[in-house]
Amino acid sequence: MKKEESRKLTAQELPVGDIVEASTAVEFHTGSWRSQRPVWDSNKCIHCLVCWISCPDNSIKITSDEKKITVVTGIDYDHCKGCGICANECPVKIKAITMQQETK
Amino acid sequence: MIKTVYSKGKLVAKTGNEVMAEAMRQIEPDVVAAYPITPATEIVQIFSQFVADGVVKSKYVAVESEHSAMSATIAASAAGARAMTGTSSQGLCLMWEMLYIASGLRLPIVMAEVNRAISAPINIHGDQSDTMGARDSGWIQIYSENSQEAYDNMIQAIKIAEKAKLPVMVTTDGFIISHCMEVVELYPDQDVKIFIGDYKPGRYLLDTKRPYTLGSIDLQDYYFEHRYQLAQAMRDAKDIILEVAKDFEQAFGRKYDMYEKYQLDDADVAIVIIGSAAGTAKVVVNELRSKGIKAGLLKIRVFRPFPTEQIVRDLAHVKAIAVMDRADSCSGGFAPLYSDVVSSLYSAGVVTPKVENYVYGLGGREINTEHIAQIYDNLGKIVSGLQKSSNQVEYVNVRIK
Repeated sequence: MKKEESRKLTAQELPVGDIVEASTAVEFHTGSWRSQRPVWDSNKCIHCLVCWISCPDNSIKITSDEKKITVVTGIDYDHCKGCGICANECPVKIKAITMQQETK
Repeated sequence: MIKTVYSKGKLVAKTGNEVMAEAMRQIEPDVVAAYPITPATEIVQIFSQFVADGVVKSKYVAVESEHSAMSATIAASAAGARAMTGTSSQGLCLMWEMLYIASGLRLPIVMAEVNRAISAPINIHGDQSDTMGARDSGWIQIYSENSQEAYDNMIQAIKIAEKAKLPVMVTTDGFIISHCMEVVELYPDQDVKIFIGDYKPGRYLLDTKRPYTLGSIDLQDYYFEHRYQLAQAMRDAKDIILEVAKDFEQAFGRKYDMYEKYQLDDADVAIVIIGSAAGTAKVVVNELRSKGIKAGLLKIRVFRPFPTEQIVRDLAHVKAIAVMDRADSCSGGFAPLYSDVVSSLYSAGVVTPKVENYVYGLGGREINTEHIAQIYDNLGKIVSGLQKSSNQVEYVNVRIK
């Protein structure tokens, strides 16, 4: 988990009335919650994107290749909570994502 | 007797509920979401008729409960609308959790509230138990002695709420004000609209260019700071209320303050009271003054924020004070207004006045000039040493034994 900023905002500095700027969830590194880690095998992956559409935390990383086709490039371990949905949803014959015990 | 004080004002005969609806018509908020309840029903009923007739452009949301009424009002306000509602008693109770959310999110909602007793036993008549229960909810509370004040307070409340970023409830005593017809001076629509101005929220949820999250979870590290902000906003609101009162006096000629002093400056004995019974007490003050008794009165208009420092300056010289509460706190100690008056005095080092607490008028029980004259008489006896100061709540006009 990312180290918190050393100084927190005071009552006078905070926006008034429980307002939080948009898109701050990205700064909250939920990856530390993980007990199991999904491991993606680039050789087995057929880039069907079922894992990407299934991930509740937007943690499957994708890009466009030279033919402008969307492909999986890996897993965002800063935010992946290790729920295992991607491994479960990966087509059975492929098993391009497997869950492994976190060891730290 | 109300007289015109504004050159373009017009005297009309209206009930308290009718003038509150008139104020809402002139304010013409973007959204009103409400559920009717006696004795406040007419306020939103009349307003909904204005909407149906196309008299106002406001959107009226007919909801299925007061909880939903306040929820919809909060949503409209958060979206950036000028939003209002109205309720009473059990309706206010059903809004309970949403009251705190309105203030916690710092939304400038204005609510017309008609004071009514709380069940059980079921009772539809006037006392202030409903809003006194909401005194710690972070809402500004402005009470009215008569319909004129209710009308003027509603107009001022819009400006106060939007400057202070706090919700405001304006109250009248159930039936005594809400249903009694009296002469009220109304100001022209256009002049009221100019006074309140357009609402320009700093941030609002429908501002797609500056998106933000509202009402997120706030735990040990930030909740306390947000609650401090709210408490400080309530303290800061005192100056805002006085500033708006000054603007209002300049615009329409009627003078308002946090409270009204009536024959108080040289008084030996005084009553502190809220709402319509102040009018009854003023009659007694006049009678006593004609007999040479230095009786005075302090009528609280703004109960939240409480005028803590200011009130001490005006009460310190009084020898005996009766604080009259139209609500009982069931605390085992004293009633709400008494607690605030006494802690204000004591914290400022003023301990000389004898301060008595009288609870009166629950469930619409009559309070007349004889009852109030008796209280002044008690105060006189306490001053002259003929009667001991009481150390508990005294009840007016209730059968105990």
